Amino acid sequence: MSTATVEDLTEVTAPDRFWNRQRRLGAALVLIGLLATVVFGALATGESARFTLSENAEGAALDIQGQLGAVLFGLVAVGAGVAMLIGVAPRWQTTLLSIGIVGFVVSFLCWQVAGKFLPLVDTVNGTLQLGLPLILGAMAGVLGERSGVVNVAIEAQLLMGAFGAALVGTMAGSVWLGLISAAMGGVLIAAMLAVFAIRFLVDQVVVGMVLNLFALGVTGFLYERLMQPQAQTYNQPPQMPQWRIPGLAEVPVLGPVLFDTNLLVWLALIVVVLIHVALSRTRWGLRTRAVGEHPTAADTVGIRVRGLRYLNVLLGGVVAGIGGAYFTLVATGSFNKNMTSGAGFIALAALIFGRWTPFGAFGAALFFGFAQKLATYLSAVGSPVPSQFLNMLPYVATIIAVAGLVGRVRAPAADGQPYTSG
Amino acid sequence: MANDHIDITVEPGEVHALLGENGAGKSTLMNQLYGLLQPDEGEFLVDGRPRTFRSPRDAIAAGIGMVHQHFMLVPVFTVAENVALGAERTRGGVAGWLDRRRVRREVVEVSERYGLPVDPDALVENLPVGAQQRVEIVKALTRDVDLLILDEPTAVLTPQETDELLTVMRSLTESGKSIVFITHKLKEVKAIADRITVIRRGRTVGTATPETPEDELAALMVGRDVTLEVGKAASQPGREVLTVTGLIVEDDRGVRAVNGVDLSVRAGEVLGIAGVQGNGQTELVEALMGLRAARAGAVTVDGEDLLGMSTKQILRSGVGYVPEDRSLDGVVKEFTVAENLVLDTYDRAPYGNAVKLNPAAIAAAARERVEQFDIRTSSPDAPVSTLSGGNQQKVVVAREMSRPLRLFIAAQPTRGVDVGSIEFIHGRIVRERDSGAAVLVVSSELDEVVALADRVAVMYRGRVLAVVDPQTPREELGLLMAGVTPGADKPADGVTPGAGEPADGAEEEPK
Repeated sequence: MSTATVEDLTEVTAPDRFWNRQRRLGAALVLIGLLATVVFGALATGESARFTLSENAEGAALDIQGQLGAVLFGLVAVGAGVAMLIGVAPRWQTTLLSIGIVGFVVSFLCWQVAGKFLPLVDTVNGTLQLGLPLILGAMAGVLGERSGVVNVAIEAQLLMGAFGAALVGTMAGSVWLGLISAAMGGVLIAAMLAVFAIRFLVDQVVVGMVLNLFALGVTGFLYERLMQPQAQTYNQPPQMPQWRIPGLAEVPVLGPVLFDTNLLVWLALIVVVLIHVALSRTRWGLRTRAVGEHPTAADTVGIRVRGLRYLNVLLGGVVAGIGGAYFTLVATGSFNKNMTSGAGFIALAALIFGRWTPFGAFGAALFFGFAQKLATYLSAVGSPVPSQFLNMLPYVATIIAVAGLVGRVRAPAADGQPYTSG
Repeated sequence: MANDHIDITVEPGEVHALLGENGAGKSTLMNQLYGLLQPDEGEFLVDGRPRTFRSPRDAIAAGIGMVHQHFMLVPVFTVAENVALGAERTRGGVAGWLDRRRVRREVVEVSERYGLPVDPDALVENLPVGAQQRVEIVKALTRDVDLLILDEPTAVLTPQETDELLTVMRSLTESGKSIVFITHKLKEVKAIADRITVIRRGRTVGTATPETPEDELAALMVGRDVTLEVGKAASQPGREVLTVTGLIVEDDRGVRAVNGVDLSVRAGEVLGIAGVQGNGQTELVEALMGLRAARAGAVTVDGEDLLGMSTKQILRSGVGYVPEDRSLDGVVKEFTVAENLVLDTYDRAPYGNAVKLNPAAIAAAARERVEQFDIRTSSPDAPVSTLSGGNQQKVVVAREMSRPLRLFIAAQPTRGVDVGSIEFIHGRIVRERDSGAAVLVVSSELDEVVALADRVAVMYRGRVLAVVDPQTPREELGLLMAGVTPGADKPADGVTPGAGEPADGAEEEPK
């Protein structure tokens, strides 16, 4: 043997990083928990905070002394953080993190609600309603981005959907034709995005931004020239009917929220489940994921990469367009200039915060919907906390998510990359 | 032009080797057959009937399968999902529910029938390269191919894995399938091929049988008699220049790619690092150059600590560096040859200062280097992208060697480079050694390492398994590359999976 030296192969160890992800998260939870305990606890009055199980001050309620609640739930957050600092099995991590964040939020509520009341049904309902365009917008994002097309134009699709619903809904006098035109409006924007991004290989983020400005300009112009002067004929769409399912609607809290509501809520929930199942279980889903991760590999097994991307972007247009209908057919009775005011960007944030998965994005959209609902509540009760702070939440949360604090955020590998064969 | 009037016939049940050096046009030819590229002229006949292949769909329909040099597998999918992709078995009509059980069964069936062990539920990104290649072959076989194209399949394999692949190829041809085997390695061709077509600069230059002697094949392939030997005198090792102790480096996924490496290189000697791609060589070199943070360990050059320095400081301290991916890290393709030659010194006299450049000095230096390093370019002001791969590499080498060097690090210095340039670059590396620099050469081509090195370090799963003499028998080096140390009969266990991603092949085809 001419071998000169042979190293022995005992395990070489380097010290593990002390500040691993769990410890960083734990430390963050302890910090916000202490903030809640000390600041919210000190500011809260000793009056009772009343959480009613209805849409107003009536009926059954949960009461807690404000100061006590703020301190108690702040300590819950601290406790969850300490547990993570000490170290727990990875499968408990998400649970502890959720407990910590909920503790922080409830502590905040105890401070704010002390001496007043918070109707839970109204809060949950508002969360879901405000979350609707975010959920549907984020699902449009999931459809496009899982197949490799970045969709920054969700805002434009929502706006076009809202506009189309108002215009056609009023002219035809039918809320259902309005809904269909909302979808068409979304598809119109999606088609432009698809042609520029897939056919002409233009930078997808740039196209998306241009389309946002385009939609803003076109709808704004038509609103001023057409809708405003003749609101009767062009801008008074019928409203989506409330459907009540007898029996189920009697269930406390969830009943009135889920079973005494409009079609859009059910549609949104169905779309989320459908996309989740289809992505993981069907041929379409397998191919979509392949095209988003490694388009060349998909091409070499005979998949039409561009065709599939067109399909998904257009489907996304349908979904986001329907999300836009929320603004004119549910929330308010008419179209207004720039009425989506950034909801599409929050939907995009929800998509990223939810790590490009349907359920993740759904959860994030609900969370952001809750933040918006809370903002309205706070300004209604005259809270000293500026509601703008809560409106900032989606963006701050997304920055934290993208910075990798909450977990590894990984986009589909080929997201945003145009595909040219050969 | 990558292909110029090529004629080739493949008979049923034969292994037809397509032999040619890097960049000869072998892959281009096969990509046309597989529908990824379109020929300008000429036609393909399958079973005597003319067929056109507008896309891989047509090729698959005609019973053609291809294992690409860069694997076409989705890393985040399981083996079964990768196999199913594009030819999914579904239930429920238009809904298209995936029939996962059936795919699993097919994978197991095919892998047992042809001796290709794969786990249908493993994630592809966690598999070593050899296993990924088996997945690719299984994928092609489940599609009932009659003709299987293997594009440089052995570039990423150890000698032992290569033998296993050859066995699989034999069992395939026995069951009546034809194989086109693309390679530039003569030994493998002689071991397996029934017929050989040699391609040079996009033309068929001859056909041969496995009985043809190796030197004759080599001469056909490169167009003249070549010696792979590098003419060099015995080394005169001096002081220890580079010392690496206990180095630990993680790859992008946080997996330990370099796991406790100790090395030293003396002035006036070449240390070659051999090993199958993806065993930590890339990360090792990146850590040495300050391009990747090290988790632990020490790296010194003449006693100076390198680990705390920026890449710029390391270059300025007398380290020359030829990166492994030329087009990504070696040159700025849009820049001219002259500009690329001063990428490291543009802000120093005489080429410029912190504020402005001195075009006259840059041009003069460029003319001199183009002359010295035999860089074939229409002008020093031509964009570097207009040069051939070999000449682009000479630009990189010329730039790195125009500073006084204590240490020269070359990663895959001749990848995708023509034979003439290889000889030139090898000669230059030896000259650098003889002028007293310490030289570290990393290459996945064992021939190159053995030809250049005075000592050979074999890397396996992030470790240096052994440092041996370049005269060590090939079989022993091969075993070391597979992780078998003398005296042990099992592959050594590392903590790092050998290679997570499909490693780059050796070939860059002109388009």
